[in-house]
Amino acid sequence: MFVDSQWSNKTAIVGIGQTEFSKKSGRSELRLAVEAVKSAIDDAGLRPEDIDGLATISMDTSAETDIARALGMGDVTYFSRVHFGGGAACGVVLQAVLAVATGAARNVVVYRAFNERSGKRFGTANRGQPVGAGSEQVSAGWTNPFGLLTPASKVAMFAQRYMHTFGATSEDFGRISVVDRKHAATNPNAWFYEQPITLEQHQQSPWIVEPLHLLDCCQESDGGVALVVTSSERAADLAQRRVSIAAAAQGIADDQHSMTSYYRPDSDFVGLPEMSLVARQLYKTSGLTPDDIDGAIIYDHFTPLVLPQLEAFGFCPVGEAKDFIRDGNLELDGRLPLNTHGGQLGEAYIHGMNGILEAVRQLRDQSCNQIDGVDHMLVTAGTSVPTSGLLLSRS
Amino acid sequence: MSTQAEKQDPTPVPQRKRSWPAISEDTEFFWNGVRDGELRVQQCSECSALSHPPKPICSACGSFELGHLAVSGAGTVYSHVTFHKPPSPGFDEPYNVSVIELAEGVRLVSQVVGVQPGEVAIGMPVEVEFTEVEPGLVLPLFHPVAEAGGEEDVRG
Repeated sequence: MFVDSQWSNKTAIVGIGQTEFSKKSGRSELRLAVEAVKSAIDDAGLRPEDIDGLATISMDTSAETDIARALGMGDVTYFSRVHFGGGAACGVVLQAVLAVATGAARNVVVYRAFNERSGKRFGTANRGQPVGAGSEQVSAGWTNPFGLLTPASKVAMFAQRYMHTFGATSEDFGRISVVDRKHAATNPNAWFYEQPITLEQHQQSPWIVEPLHLLDCCQESDGGVALVVTSSERAADLAQRRVSIAAAAQGIADDQHSMTSYYRPDSDFVGLPEMSLVARQLYKTSGLTPDDIDGAIIYDHFTPLVLPQLEAFGFCPVGEAKDFIRDGNLELDGRLPLNTHGGQLGEAYIHGMNGILEAVRQLRDQSCNQIDGVDHMLVTAGTSVPTSGLLLSRS
Repeated sequence: MSTQAEKQDPTPVPQRKRSWPAISEDTEFFWNGVRDGELRVQQCSECSALSHPPKPICSACGSFELGHLAVSGAGTVYSHVTFHKPPSPGFDEPYNVSVIELAEGVRLVSQVVGVQPGEVAIGMPVEVEFTEVEPGLVLPLFHPVAEAGGEEDVRG
């Protein structure tokens, strides 16, 4: 069931906020979340007591109670979390859309904050012994004992087969990294501000898990981001130019696993059927087509899975993303400017939610790397996990 | 049918290096088989469909009557990686991890051993071996074999 098109453009993002992005924030994760949420509410021209809904990713450590109490939100009528890490990045916005559209809440804050570099690092090998026999622990038993221990290693398995099938190379992956770092280089909020890289540097960076080099892997970051969703009607009276939510969607596809969907037919192993499902919903709900999309924030925890995302959204035929990239389409003056904030390789890794803020800035004409004539932005969430996506439009 | 397994204790044990598998009632037949030197794939008792990883129900026909097939252990490398970083207890980097496609058509994650990680390639014929990788933990690993039709073990 797709989200009915009657919800298209009925809600809007009216406030965005973020902390600095660093490697050691020196503050609690709750403090980061509260700073980002307060900043987003201020940006919208709202007060904390106007907020009656909260949504975040299930991995977030900051409880809705602690945030509401800290900021004095008073009555909160809706709170919700979405599972599967970065795959939830746009799914939490869908939660806000549905809450506002149905009247469960009026003004919903979406937030994500963590000390992912100075605190618990996701890229660290899974050293713990599984405790209990819930389905997720049991599933880990099919990979962890054999040494497939990190997100990088699980994505590398897809990348190897993709390269074998379509003739893509490590350099094709590297071109994603180079574009991200080029855009980060002109974004003062990016960790890698003024630090572009060359394809040679990418090729010479150490192996993490072959075929992934270090520079195929996103950063580890400390920081927080938040945004405010309300109805398009209320948005018209607020401080910022509203950014319409044309569509939001989630997807779990056939024989889905979390990062290890290795048991599917060949065409699905080298594709992302859950992202294709998200794409079909976004286009159907919004009435937009690939030709309407002026720029894209494509989830880039690891560069190889950017390629099948470009294919899933119909920007190029299956297997031809490498050619689409080589032709310069992802540059700021290209057909589909990519990750104009620098992505998670260049700006920061905030579970993809920092990319939603960049799409909002584009549609407010506030980006450091402004796309000429941008009317519609695509944002995607984490890949190889159950995922989600957003289409945002200029009002 | 196999006897009821003694479940592996999930409590962290200092001498354990690798992450040991959590085992449920749905998956214990697999690990019992590994302990007994037999590679087992879940098979529906009604429609004979194979499934790995196992499920509590046959998703082909909806039956809860599930057994298993003892497979040959022959297969090919479907995809593979070479793990370099970070250092992981119980492993010597760089090491291989592969998705193996079994002759019966299902896939599983394992390691190809007996060759350098850089020599592993998609399509390489392999067969199962059962290795106690650390005290008390037996895993189904794979090693290369000669191309189909040959019996020679290429490990030398």
